Amino acid sequence: MIRVTRRYRFSASHRLHSGELSDTENQALYGKCDNPYGHGHDYVLDVTAEGPLDPAVGRVLNPATLDGLVAQYVLKDLDSHNLNEDVADFAALVPTSENLTTSIKARLERVWKSAFEGEWPRLAAVRLQETKRNGFELST
Amino acid sequence: MFVTRRVDFSASHVCSQPSLSADENRALYGAAVNPRGHGHNFVLEVTLDGEPDPVTGMVFDIKRLKDIVNESVVRPMDHRFLNYEVPPFDHVVPTAENIAVEIWNRLEQRFLGEAARLHNVRLYETEDLYVDYSGPGTGGTPA
Repeated sequence: MIRVTRRYRFSASHRLHSGELSDTENQALYGKCDNPYGHGHDYVLDVTAEGPLDPAVGRVLNPATLDGLVAQYVLKDLDSHNLNEDVADFAALVPTSENLTTSIKARLERVWKSAFEGEWPRLAAVRLQETKRNGFELST
Repeated sequence: MFVTRRVDFSASHVCSQPSLSADENRALYGAAVNPRGHGHNFVLEVTLDGEPDPVTGMVFDIKRLKDIVNESVVRPMDHRFLNYEVPPFDHVVPTAENIAVEIWNRLEQRFLGEAARLHNVRLYETEDLYVDYSGPGTGGTPA
């Protein structure tokens, strides 16, 4: 088995504020991330696929196919958007990077088979870097 | 404990199969089919797995690791056209995947009988595309 990871970048804004909590609780929990006007990040997204390798072909997947999938189902909705206001995933969900990673993984899982029909390659991991200092990863 | 050493080498390659048509090759490999080749600054991360020696405090002598990686990979591949100058890429398509497997095959035997074993090779073809290989049979099915 071999794993291929492709890196993507997108910029988006968000505000961390839970409707379940009081303003005081939100402020205590999320601090400056609770700023009502929001703030943004240059996110770095690593998508890892895994599969067996046929040496004659030398490819686990065609990166262009993955690029198309990520562009259409992830980047188009997220890049240069306000996650709270523009992205339905976060209508009732706080757009923390944990929730964003979960959302991106679910988006890719929903459409994976439309681009990769066989058993392989499978989606192996989604890793989201919110800043250079904060990273989040889900294996599948 | 894992110990990782990073090196880089620059090389050119062409990705295409003689048995396929020009259109089929382009569909599979994209711009990498240009027969005159193109190049990358490949970055290789070699990870060993072992326990620190109680006397030296080291999993493996990093100087020796550096020498092994330089001898086996960097010296033969750096500033080379892989298809023409570095076997087996005269008959194996030098995709990032196949280069990673070849690097694994070259390195694994160098650690037989050593206190640390080869755990993973990660090869960056660009900043935005890398492959990981941990040897045949990993992940539940043969490579």
